[in-house]
Amino acid sequence: MTDLTTNSTVTAAEGEARFGDYVLLLKPRVMSLVVFTALVGLLVAPVPVDPMIAFTAILFIALGGGASGALNMWYDADIDAVMRRTAKRPVPAGKVTPGEALTLGLWLSAISVAMLGLATNWLAAGLLAFTIFFYAVVYTIWLKRATPQNIVIGGAAGAFPPMIGWVAATGSVSLEAILMFGLIFMWTPPHFWALALFMKSDYHVAKVPMLTVTHGRRETRRQILIYTILLAPVALGLGFTSIAGPVYLAAAIVLNAIFLKGAWDIWRRDEATAEADAYATEKRVFRFSLSYLFLHFGALLVDAGLRAWGIA
Amino acid sequence: MPITETHDLHKRRLGRNVGVALSLVAFAAIVFGLTVAKIREGASMEAYDHTPRVSVTPPVESGQ
Repeated sequence: MTDLTTNSTVTAAEGEARFGDYVLLLKPRVMSLVVFTALVGLLVAPVPVDPMIAFTAILFIALGGGASGALNMWYDADIDAVMRRTAKRPVPAGKVTPGEALTLGLWLSAISVAMLGLATNWLAAGLLAFTIFFYAVVYTIWLKRATPQNIVIGGAAGAFPPMIGWVAATGSVSLEAILMFGLIFMWTPPHFWALALFMKSDYHVAKVPMLTVTHGRRETRRQILIYTILLAPVALGLGFTSIAGPVYLAAAIVLNAIFLKGAWDIWRRDEATAEADAYATEKRVFRFSLSYLFLHFGALLVDAGLRAWGIA
Repeated sequence: MPITETHDLHKRRLGRNVGVALSLVAFAAIVFGLTVAKIREGASMEAYDHTPRVSVTPPVESGQ
């Protein structure tokens, strides 16, 4: 009897998901960025928020982001299966069925929006619902496979969390929230395209129109420079709002100067030079772009702390 | 004869069940904590539920 039971379950065990597989559906690394930026958006707002309500708000903003990740993995399973970088994701690996990913995504979306609304206000909940819709439907289903500007448009979904954090605290959208949104929105294209230049990805196999494939690497270098130039006034503009102080302004000046220099260097290089030094400049700018965003939001937090202690 | 042999399948199911159980406990704790926080900051604890209540009825101005 025991043999019968054991043998009959071998096949099922291979497709049986662990709890961690469901967690992976939520894209935890993306969630960490959502948590950080939403937390900054909430903490720099001029309205104090009860710690428990703040914790709940951040948790469900992150969970909403995770839900959109699960919906993305449900719809993109066919693409993920043919690309090396994503082939081991739970759905293409056969650990989680597409139906399970869809169900989890939809339920977590509903729960996170409802809980954020109950914890804070319904404008914040509405923005979270729109973010999930934007990422899952507008980006994943509609535009990702249709236009090489997919990164630009998809970046909007990643830019909403600090705005939602701000609205959760204040109940309204203001210039500060829009500029925090703009900072991430304008940062996303140069960040991802720098990565696309040195990551020999197989997007063409999956028929996803990435800029490097559709318009060439020369044009990608030009677009990186254009978006970095457009990013600078947004980042510096945020420095003249009520939430920023001397620390942010100083950081923004230095960080944007370095980023602009990096984008300029990328633009001036051709493929032969880049291949000769194994894309050293592109890799350097990509790594810096991660610090760029973290340090901008970190500086906002420092200024908020200085204000709270009456130093600035 | 009881089935005592365990398979990796059983470990995965146990892990999943424990994960779901902990998530539900965490969710209940969050809802409780949120309720306490809302009451502490003076949120309304009563709402209109089709039963006339003096405490949720707007005051009527006298002399009209």
